[in-house]
Amino acid sequence: MSAVEERIVELTGDVDSGQLLEVSMGPHHPSTHGVFRMNVELEGERVMKLKPVFGYLHRNHEKIAENGSYLAAMPFTDRLDYMCSMTNNWAYALSVEKLAGIAVPERAEYVRVIVAELTRLQNHVSLIGFLMQDMGASGTPLMYAFREREKILDLFEQLSGTRMMCNYMRFGGVRVDPTPEWLAEAEALVGRFPAFLDEFEQLLRENEILMSRTQGVGVLPRELAVNAGVTGPMLRASGVNYDIRKVDAYGIYDRFQFRVPLGEHGDVYDRYMIRMLEMRESVKILEQALREIPEGPAMDPKARLRGLRPKAGEAYGRIESPKGELGFFLISNGTPEPYRYRVRPPSMINLTVLEDMCLGRSVADIVVTLGSVDIILGEVDR
Amino acid sequence: MLGEGIVKGLAETARNFFGSYAEKDRLTTVQFPEERLPQAEAARVFPFLVYDTDDMEKGLRCVACKICEVECPPKCITIEKSTEKKPDFTGKPQFFPEKFEIDVSVCMSCQICVEVCPFEAIKMDTAFELSTDDRFGGLHWPKERLAKPNEYYHQIHPMEAAAVDEQLAEKKAKAEEKHVPAAAQAEGAAAR
Repeated sequence: MSAVEERIVELTGDVDSGQLLEVSMGPHHPSTHGVFRMNVELEGERVMKLKPVFGYLHRNHEKIAENGSYLAAMPFTDRLDYMCSMTNNWAYALSVEKLAGIAVPERAEYVRVIVAELTRLQNHVSLIGFLMQDMGASGTPLMYAFREREKILDLFEQLSGTRMMCNYMRFGGVRVDPTPEWLAEAEALVGRFPAFLDEFEQLLRENEILMSRTQGVGVLPRELAVNAGVTGPMLRASGVNYDIRKVDAYGIYDRFQFRVPLGEHGDVYDRYMIRMLEMRESVKILEQALREIPEGPAMDPKARLRGLRPKAGEAYGRIESPKGELGFFLISNGTPEPYRYRVRPPSMINLTVLEDMCLGRSVADIVVTLGSVDIILGEVDR
Repeated sequence: MLGEGIVKGLAETARNFFGSYAEKDRLTTVQFPEERLPQAEAARVFPFLVYDTDDMEKGLRCVACKICEVECPPKCITIEKSTEKKPDFTGKPQFFPEKFEIDVSVCMSCQICVEVCPFEAIKMDTAFELSTDDRFGGLHWPKERLAKPNEYYHQIHPMEAAAVDEQLAEKKAKAEEKHVPAAAQAEGAAAR
């Protein structure tokens, strides 16, 4: 699975001598964030070889989508990365809008930015909670993280009807226009969020145990990250300035003032800090979006719900999901079903460098490194 | 100093612990079966069929057009159209579903059937305590179980139901307007 020829860590033992202990970690190991298996070969406590095995949660997402209408695939996208259904909806809606040439009204663009950034907040905050849980901080940080996440999910429930499987976006806008009360509540939540982030940082940032467990662990060098196609906070933690919100400026992201935090060392601690800093930038985007949101329709009046038949052609829509570049590639041959429907999942592509990050470290470090990759098996296996 | 970070973190934990007695923001949980939070207006679980008046068979809004059956992403709806017609709320003769079944073990609560329905006949229910020990019959809901009166719809989604009622009243008024001149003409013809 190695993305470049040379190993990062020099191996001393003979991998093929038959003297290594083979351990199958997962698929039901609680630290693998779902059903993910790693075939690890160990010399004592040192990892000599690591083979990720996925596919336990495969449910034929792409083929199901190719057999249904364009609209029917929308609720299935919720179940890809089930922590952030809003961004999945957006990526799919974006590529269908590109394919069919549907315009999105101004207000809908703002609503999309608001829900996407709220999704980023809740994803990052729960990721950090999970990472601490993997490290042995049993409960406390995760509970604090989930407490804040639940407040955001309550907002999603008021807006879309469910907490996680939102199914909120439609081609040409969003399904429900948020009420002024909802926007006021979102504004209040965003106003309180920096205080929580301060507390959360105070809780963990300088913790000596956290630092010794994460600094210098799971290092992902810049070149390898670029070569392997890693995206998102993982890539930025390795010091590469690449954020699709800035590079592609999809939607209306070019209107907002925000910075892209960059890491230096590419270790687990940098990946943790990147997410903390990204949440602060998301809060900034949210403040601007909630202040500037215009009045108007939340749905293109010309867009029809049923019977979408785009002209023959292809389109690739991509967004910066909380985990990295999430893209949907669609080919249409003029029928109501997509001819080809392909998802570019950030979780899976970020996972391919796992072996390179873990070699030469101990088993306990695998868990921490895997936790910092931020995978959701629904998206890895599809 | 070594351990300073840990002490700072513990101070934060203490603040949360004692704060949970004073601030509602820090203690958000409720003791579920006894205490319940109100459900959101938009909450959705499984679909149900709306009927007007007191008679389920007569008042069912569904006209068995099968749009929801076709559009349902996991294909959990089965509809059998009737052979004869019955009048709908405007008096126009329409087909009705002989059989309308939803397999709730397959349904994924996506609400697409509600969005595509042109007759406001299918809506989302908010009841969620639905466990059953019969995994075949208990999860395959027939028309009789799915049908709920319009008053129930008003109870669970008050704002949405009021808007729907207004729309339907408008439709009915329009249909009657069309109907009345036609009836008057027919009467005139009979008189002649």
